[in-house]
Amino acid sequence: MTDQLFQFLISGITVGSVYALVGLGFTIIYNASDVVNFAQGEFVMIGAMSAIFLYRAGVPYPFALAAAVLITMAVGMLLEKLAIEPAKNASVVTTIIITIGASIFLRGAALLIWGKDIYGLPPFTKDVPISIGNATLLPQNLYVMGGTALAVLAVRYFFDKTITGKAILACSCNRKAASLVGINVNRMLLIAYGISALLGAIAGILVTPITYTSYDSGVMLGLKGFCAAILGGMGSSMGAVAGGLLLGVIESLGAGIISSGYKDAIAFVVILAVLFIRPSGLLGSADAERV
Amino acid sequence: MYKSVRMIMAFAAALLLCSTYTASAGDTLKIGSFLAVTGPASFLGDPELKTLQMYIDDINSKGGIDGTKIDFIHYDTKAKAKDAKNFVNRLIKKDRVDVIIGGSTSGNTIAVMDLVEKAHVPLISLAGSVKIIEPVKKWIFKTPHTDRMAAAKIFEDIKARGFNKVALITGNGGFDKSGRAQCLALAPKYGLVIVADEKYGNSDTDMTTQITKIRSTDAEVIVNFGFGKAPAIVTKNIRQLGVKLPLYQSHGVASKKFIELAGEAAEGVRLPAAGLIVADKLPDTDPQKRVLLAYKNAYEAKYGPVSTFGGHAYDALFITVNAVRSAGSTDRAKIRDEIEKTKGFVGTGGIFNMSPSDHLGLGLDSFHMVEIKNGDWVLVN
Repeated sequence: MTDQLFQFLISGITVGSVYALVGLGFTIIYNASDVVNFAQGEFVMIGAMSAIFLYRAGVPYPFALAAAVLITMAVGMLLEKLAIEPAKNASVVTTIIITIGASIFLRGAALLIWGKDIYGLPPFTKDVPISIGNATLLPQNLYVMGGTALAVLAVRYFFDKTITGKAILACSCNRKAASLVGINVNRMLLIAYGISALLGAIAGILVTPITYTSYDSGVMLGLKGFCAAILGGMGSSMGAVAGGLLLGVIESLGAGIISSGYKDAIAFVVILAVLFIRPSGLLGSADAERV
Repeated sequence: MYKSVRMIMAFAAALLLCSTYTASAGDTLKIGSFLAVTGPASFLGDPELKTLQMYIDDINSKGGIDGTKIDFIHYDTKAKAKDAKNFVNRLIKKDRVDVIIGGSTSGNTIAVMDLVEKAHVPLISLAGSVKIIEPVKKWIFKTPHTDRMAAAKIFEDIKARGFNKVALITGNGGFDKSGRAQCLALAPKYGLVIVADEKYGNSDTDMTTQITKIRSTDAEVIVNFGFGKAPAIVTKNIRQLGVKLPLYQSHGVASKKFIELAGEAAEGVRLPAAGLIVADKLPDTDPQKRVLLAYKNAYEAKYGPVSTFGGHAYDALFITVNAVRSAGSTDRAKIRDEIEKTKGFVGTGGIFNMSPSDHLGLGLDSFHMVEIKNGDWVLVN
């Protein structure tokens, strides 16, 4: 039983790492503008799909991955420039609806460009399972976990230690005051969308060798990432990461110990329970309400 | 207000025009279809429609069926049951078709069965579920193998290899659920015991948890019913966990895409498949070989890689054409009777022998058990 539990945990943490990265992407844009960007899942898909097609076109693997990240960042920033910025005086709800529209648009564009097929990426290094006791994991699982950890630390550093990061946070606290002290609010938003897209692309590239991707695979990941962000407390970056990992582990343990048929139901029940007891999420500050 | 009334009247007039137009066209066979050409089931509807169009154009350019030209009317359901109902209503009442081919999915077909029965129009479905032909409905036929046949073929092979304990793992789609139900129902008949019954979501990204649970049972083989990327993930996860049990997949993954996605992990996987994917490997004595290669070459010359789904449309079309030819008329009731009398028709799915009690007419021998070896299909004897 302990062997099984260990395997469930490994599965849960791998899947949870991806939820965490997507959730973190939600958090960054939310922090900068109070907007929940529902095109976050599409960033994951675009990152993975661009990498696949660059690689198939003969671009060396590492360059294909790097270029895919840049393409996704460009898409994220264009989204901000062309869809979000023109509506800057719109209410938060309107902007959220714009992001839903953008996600449908991106999905449709991906369908036209890349078709309906399912694609995979080769693993980063040789695909030999590593055994720990009776449990096994793939090297790619380690890349997913390690990559997520690095990305989280980098984001943390960016917001805590750099002037730009602090400026983005300032925009979310009070947009008017931020612009009065000389912060270019539009540029900060642009950067926030760029970073979110970057995180999405990283998640897509890390996980596609294990899970495959298709034009519509962003929907489910987006939903799970959103749940992770809510669970951890919307607006708390470490909360989103904790929420993502927790969600992955709950799903895996639920499927393993109770019933695989009710895997998603178990996860959603836990989320609802947490929100009943702590509406602000696990690590969200209780006084999140602003007047 | 006034304007909208005028609009409605104009629309009604247009409808009237349409219906008189269709009624006056006498000497043609009207085939209607409602397929899921776009939407989530487009991998079914797209090759089906292309196949129908290609062969109908071909028949018409050669002068039709003994002089009777085919008039083809098509609607895209996008796999939505509500659209399927509306379009079939239109096919029956407005277009007044003689035969209907479709739909692509079991859901779409089942949604229109009552409608078609009441209207007395012969319908040949291209969907998999056994519920379409069981219990037998007078006007409803189908060409694809049923999920029950796939389960039976798999169990036959498991029994022949001397295994008794089966672990089942299935997704949450309609195909998966129906396949699972058939497996559970059929297992006792073959003397097999289902020792695990695991499930996953079709958009899930990792099934190691379910397979870990299977590993802790005394299962001797694993059977996975599903299609899309999930079966490929299951296959890879099984290998990752070092589980050495033989793995069976369903006919849902009988395409090269599965081998491409699962890569090395697919080696040794067995599955029941229609003749089309192993056409060039069949012995020359196989009566199907000529038909299969002809269809494959014609389709691939025009559209690219062939799939078994387009083959179902080929079978439905030519069963209809043969029925019209032997009926010598486009009368719906006569066509229906002749479809039911289809005997020895060599199609892509197998050799069809229909009867009043069997509106599919395929035996288990129409499935070939194949194993994946060196990235290709190999026939298992």
